[in-house]
Amino acid sequence: MTIKMKDKKPKNVFKEGAISSEFIATSIAKHQSKTSIGAHNIFLGQVRADSINNRTVSAIEYTAYEEMANAKFHEIREAAFNKFDLNCMHIYHSLGKVNVGEICMFVFVSSPRRKEVFKAIEFIVEAIKANVPVFGKEIFKDKTHQWKVNS
Amino acid sequence: MKLTIKYFGLLAEVTKRNEEQLDFSGTLINELLDTIYLKYPKLKEIDFQVAQNNEIVSKETIITQTEIALLPPFAGG
Repeated sequence: MTIKMKDKKPKNVFKEGAISSEFIATSIAKHQSKTSIGAHNIFLGQVRADSINNRTVSAIEYTAYEEMANAKFHEIREAAFNKFDLNCMHIYHSLGKVNVGEICMFVFVSSPRRKEVFKAIEFIVEAIKANVPVFGKEIFKDKTHQWKVNS
Repeated sequence: MKLTIKYFGLLAEVTKRNEEQLDFSGTLINELLDTIYLKYPKLKEIDFQVAQNNEIVSKETIITQTEIALLPPFAGG
């Protein structure tokens, strides 16, 4: 039987600025001691250089209703642990400015078996996009901006 | 009742504040929004949801908390 590493209290998912590849690599390495894991799956959200009416996005500045957002991340974690056979799960989201090409979200799930992690990652990412109060100000190269809406 | 109203994203930009205290004597979210619209008529044209106690609530909900947040569309991930 798998021991599920559930958290009792909401933890802070937010990190200031972009999520570095070193941070992601270190997270992966930390799981080498958890030998009941047979499959990991990772989702990385990257800031895209969208072109809107001839203006090109150069960065997104993220803000959040942090208290509610952390509560929602916690609900999503609990729901995912209940739905799927997971050993562990990590979610990180940026706050502040993240330039195009940089990572703004990192979701990492681990399970004994691969089928669970494919289903879990989609469930978690879609739930985050729909239910977590994070707001994104798309800053264009010409310094104008607009507010991003998840599609 | 003294309420703290929080504004995010485009709403913070329009109201030029992240939060404020409002004296409110009504009962429902709807009534609170009428008060807020009087102060910031431009908000009527903007799409947003209301959160109380970390949950999205309908406009017919009774206000039970002292903090109410106005949330524009989400853009996480």
